[in-house]
Amino acid sequence: MEGARILLVDDEVEFISALAERLELRDFVVKTANNGEAAMRMLAEFVPQVVVLDLKMPGLSGIDVLTRIRTLPQRPAVILLTGFGSKNDGLEGMRLGAFDFLMKPIDINALIEKINEAAGTIAAADQVQ
Amino acid sequence: MVKWLRSLQALGTDLKKPGDHGHGETPFRYRLLRRNLILIMVLVTIIPLTLMAVVNFLQYRKALTSEIIQPVRGLTNKSRHSFEVFLAERLSTVDFISSAYTYDQLADENALRRLFHAAKQEFRGFVDIGLIDSRGFQVSYVGPYDLKGKQYSEQKWFTEVQIRGSHISDVFLGHREFPHIVLAVQHMTETGQWWVVRATIDTAIFDELIHAMSLGFDSDAFLINRDGILQTDSKFYGRVLEQCQVKVFPDSMESEIAERTGPRGQELVIAHSSFLNSGFILVVVMPRAQVLRAWFTLKSELFYLFIGSVLIIVLVIIRLTGKMVQRIKDADERRQSAFRELEHTHKLSSIGRLAAGVAHEINNPLAIIDQKTGLLKDLIERREEFDLRDKFMSQIESVLKAVDRCRTVTHRLLGFARRMEVDIELLNINELIKEVLGFLEKEFEFRNIAIQLDLLETLPQIDSDRGQLQQVFLNILTNAFAAIEKEGRIIISTANRDAEFIAVAIKDDGCGMTEQTRERIFEPFFTTKKDYGTGLGLSITYGIIKKLGGDVDVESQQNIGTTFIVYLPRKSAMAEP
Repeated sequence: MEGARILLVDDEVEFISALAERLELRDFVVKTANNGEAAMRMLAEFVPQVVVLDLKMPGLSGIDVLTRIRTLPQRPAVILLTGFGSKNDGLEGMRLGAFDFLMKPIDINALIEKINEAAGTIAAADQVQ
Repeated sequence: MVKWLRSLQALGTDLKKPGDHGHGETPFRYRLLRRNLILIMVLVTIIPLTLMAVVNFLQYRKALTSEIIQPVRGLTNKSRHSFEVFLAERLSTVDFISSAYTYDQLADENALRRLFHAAKQEFRGFVDIGLIDSRGFQVSYVGPYDLKGKQYSEQKWFTEVQIRGSHISDVFLGHREFPHIVLAVQHMTETGQWWVVRATIDTAIFDELIHAMSLGFDSDAFLINRDGILQTDSKFYGRVLEQCQVKVFPDSMESEIAERTGPRGQELVIAHSSFLNSGFILVVVMPRAQVLRAWFTLKSELFYLFIGSVLIIVLVIIRLTGKMVQRIKDADERRQSAFRELEHTHKLSSIGRLAAGVAHEINNPLAIIDQKTGLLKDLIERREEFDLRDKFMSQIESVLKAVDRCRTVTHRLLGFARRMEVDIELLNINELIKEVLGFLEKEFEFRNIAIQLDLLETLPQIDSDRGQLQQVFLNILTNAFAAIEKEGRIIISTANRDAEFIAVAIKDDGCGMTEQTRERIFEPFFTTKKDYGTGLGLSITYGIIKKLGGDVDVESQQNIGTTFIVYLPRKSAMAEP
């Protein structure tokens, strides 16, 4: 069974490339973007079920990208990555419609669990529609 | 005075110097302040008091002296009067004899003897009597000596009696070798014939009159003439006809009183009074101490009163100043401790910011290492068995463990720096402690550490933050565990410190710590656990307790144990808007 479609957005290239590869090893379909602008461009051609989004990025911040994603017709679920101790930022993101947030450095298993949960809700929402 | 005030002012400024954190505090400052305060207060109280005492003293002395001396003057006048009456009686007797009888009658020694005896019976003191004609010849004489035919015309008194009509001589020994005086009265008939009746009076009677004055044993009274020659014996100042050793200055006929120094340096009060009709002066000499005894008593009472007041004032000033300086010192210490706390908080907050920055920067590469290593692990796990596979896996596990340790450190750093969001609720501290112990149950069972709870059942609930307090007690207990090497005991007790604070004491019998360690345990990054401590646990603990409005004390003795006492306010200041 093919895993969920995921867009990873983080300015740390090395971090998302490794993470993407690990997720691909677990049968997820993964695309990456190194900044907010690239992510928005990517979203025009690739419709993910889940966007894993770093909050702190140069240019468009995670919150900016989240706000824009909320205006998209497909509305993928968004999992935010925050620095430790920025719990409030994560909570703020959830208030703006994020599915959940994880604190960096992340545990791969916790992330996969969240992704599956988020993808599940998206699938359920699609079915309702 | 001005100088003192300035130095006091300067000292005050010194004491208030901001940024003085009280390191190497000098008690000398306080001693100096105290000394200056005492000096100023003593001066401003004692000087007016002394001035007042001196003025009072002088006024009293003036008033009392005149009051005390008045009776001496009275006694002198009265006694002089007795002498004068004595002399006047004798003189008038002689006068009567001279005028009541004719020359011939007086020249008749038998008739004269009868008169003499009659006079002697009437008035004591008569020694002899005689008639002297105008040429100065002793015409008749009645008395114990043979003076008949004696020539007096060349003698001074004879001239004087011719001029004045009467004469009272000074005391002299004369032919008789005992002190006496001579009274002489001239009588002149209508025809111009004149004669002089001359009588001798024994001055022993003077001594009786002086004795009748009832003077004290150390007082003296005597007669002198205008040349200062003693006319009676004096107890202390010479024999009759000697020069009197006390100087008297008879300026007027009025009696006078003077204070003089006697021949032996003694302080004397001398009263003297001149006789009206003779050259005698009655002198009364008393020791000043005796006359002014009442004044001296009063003076010493005044003196003791003054000394007593001064002593009381000085004592009160010393006590008050001591208390005042102690209060200033306490206030300074409180201020200094507030400064230290502020400094500590500043240090914490700047270190916190730094730590947060460092943690963020490290977190990103840490995340990369984590993911790259994770990827390696994933890849190897998905490969068939190959040489060194286990070796690779174990290396990867080591890297992941190291990453995990780094993660713990950065999390702690961030936790330390994180702004504490306090969530106040009503808490039962006894229960909270039991909850915290619940987290650690496994560990203390494993480590064979006995936990003894000594909780006050009536401990009131307090307003505080559950999560933060859990962290506080966890941190302290973790420290206690670390201090206990193998077996040991931890005693946790709760109590009311006062109406506002409760106290939680956590006492272990672990290794304890040195004084230097104890002073630094709340500093960020200070640790004794070389291998695994971040040095943040107790610093965070301290920050939380302070944030919650509480305080923490540490008592420790090496090889005996450590006690942490956490004071928490019953009502959280933070809960109030």
